[in-house]
Amino acid sequence: MTDFLPPALILLVGALLTLFTRGHLRTAVILAAPLATLWAIWQVPDGVVATYTFIDYQIEPVEGSALRRLFATIFAIMAFGGGLFAFRQARTAELASAQAYAAGAVGVCFSGDLITMFVWWELMALFSTLVVWCGGTSSSKAAGIRYAIMHLLGGIILKVGIDGIAVQTGSVDIRPMLATDFATWMILIGVLINTAAPPVSAWLADAYPEASPTGSVFLSAFTTKTAVLALILLFPGEPVLIGVGLYMVLYGILYALLENDARRILAYSIVNQVGFMVCAIGIGTQLALNGAAAHAFAHIIYKALLFMSAGVVVYRVGKSKCTDLGGLFRTMPLTTICGIIGALAISGFPLTSGFTTKTMISQAAANENLVFVYMLLAAASAGVFLHAGIKFPWFVFFQKDSGLRPKDAPWNMAAAMVLFSALCILIGVFPDAFYKFLPYSLEYKAYSASKVIFYLQLLLFSGLAFFLLLPLMRRTLTISLDTDWLWRVALHRVVTFASAQLLAAGTKLGQLTDQSFAALRLRAESRFGERLESARAGVFARAWTIGTTALWIAVLLTAYVLFYLV
Amino acid sequence: MTKDSKTDHWLVRPATIRWLWRIFIVVLALTVLAQFVLPVKGYFGVDGWFGFGAVYGFLACLGMVLVAKALGVVLKRDENYYQDQTSDD
Repeated sequence: MTDFLPPALILLVGALLTLFTRGHLRTAVILAAPLATLWAIWQVPDGVVATYTFIDYQIEPVEGSALRRLFATIFAIMAFGGGLFAFRQARTAELASAQAYAAGAVGVCFSGDLITMFVWWELMALFSTLVVWCGGTSSSKAAGIRYAIMHLLGGIILKVGIDGIAVQTGSVDIRPMLATDFATWMILIGVLINTAAPPVSAWLADAYPEASPTGSVFLSAFTTKTAVLALILLFPGEPVLIGVGLYMVLYGILYALLENDARRILAYSIVNQVGFMVCAIGIGTQLALNGAAAHAFAHIIYKALLFMSAGVVVYRVGKSKCTDLGGLFRTMPLTTICGIIGALAISGFPLTSGFTTKTMISQAAANENLVFVYMLLAAASAGVFLHAGIKFPWFVFFQKDSGLRPKDAPWNMAAAMVLFSALCILIGVFPDAFYKFLPYSLEYKAYSASKVIFYLQLLLFSGLAFFLLLPLMRRTLTISLDTDWLWRVALHRVVTFASAQLLAAGTKLGQLTDQSFAALRLRAESRFGERLESARAGVFARAWTIGTTALWIAVLLTAYVLFYLV
Repeated sequence: MTKDSKTDHWLVRPATIRWLWRIFIVVLALTVLAQFVLPVKGYFGVDGWFGFGAVYGFLACLGMVLVAKALGVVLKRDENYYQDQTSDD
């Protein structure tokens, strides 16, 4: 046992300090804590560096590897960028919760065993719910409760699986497995719930857009990507994941196409992008896992960037529906440009981070000769450009003139957006410098003329399709039903119906008891009378004369003596 | 030319938009014609065909928009659907 504290503790202390400091000191804490964490992350060597024994199980709070450091690094960068974006506008409670949430994500990264992972996992569920609640509206309160229930349920399923593994193998070590029996399936399902996999994908688009303009930036990064890391660590090459991933990819596109709310469009496209990663983990080769990790890293940056640009719009205008927005590029040039950079990156345009990471996943599918997967991923890449790459910036910043002339982003929000835009382009232009940090050292050439031309054709003709099909994509003031209808409406109806029935039955029962009591009372009255002295006194309650009483006693005594003697 | 189109931002003037379309079409044509000079090496043969990326990208988007449209008929509800459904009346 060595004394090596988990880097996540620094962020956790930062979260506490954020809560109790004010002014410049608080700003310093918010910006310095993630940087200090980043430093600590790079001090973690490979392998298990701390072990404890806890009820017969070996607890390994800190285990390092290239993969774990990569994810922890992006989480720390995200905590920094998000903090920079939010520190002047967000409430203290939200900033502190977001840091604790990020701490949970970094904690999961270095967990060497399932129990430690579970503790950090639940910490994330707790503080992310607080971030949703910091949206401050009645709908964010309701969405936060639904979000919390979903993640607590997921946590219970995960815990059942962990306990099963612990009992079966006597070890809670994190190691690759396949979903073959009850316990491993429970773990897989518990983790998949956090990736917004079917059939519960709806929680993501339900909760994230209800957070504050700054809160959804934090939310976009941590939960789904820690789940991706957990899948890489626990289920590399699990074939089920290919199908799950492809479903998520298409689900995200179709729902985003139907959606009117700008932040909800981005939320659906998280499901879509995480689908690419889940699919890659299902393929499971070294290149595929490198692709999943790289794509998660790039995705956190451009998705946060997109949520930042949408956040600035919501912060300035107070609206997020495409039908209310449009033409904002006139007064918000910086936000528009940063939003477009994020949109190009998510679409995987050459020279952006999306291209250098997503093509790795496609290449991995091609190497395994998975024609169907490769073709669907290519179609999905076109679809990403359609729903996020053009639809988001077009409807928010261009489209029609909504008449809105908001100011551009405040300086701290602008700085965060510029920082993340630069990262999107850096990873796109210098991929080899980035590939060095991936878990497996492989030869992978990001750019070839053949690939660039193929993707340019694919993407630009998707753009053509978008503008030609614009009449079909007129925004309507609607939402789209999802599986969460089952618990938000069907379950509600069942409960309402059942409670109405129970109430009716209760009333009926009450009437019945009243009636039978009344009947009983009547009979009792006929026997005992209402009151002793009353004229209507019942048979047993009448006052008898002494003579009659004496006679009756004499009769009874005679009967007694007779029975006794006979 | 109305007065509006002169005072509005240069980017949204009809003349600019016409030019943007022209440039866009030229770029589209170039990405396909580039295949003559730099052949696309497909992984499965079919994806190396001339203009495959262009046709596939366009058709994929068309398909997805139409599927979304069809799904919308079934799935779309008024914005206040959940509030209306769950408010106890």
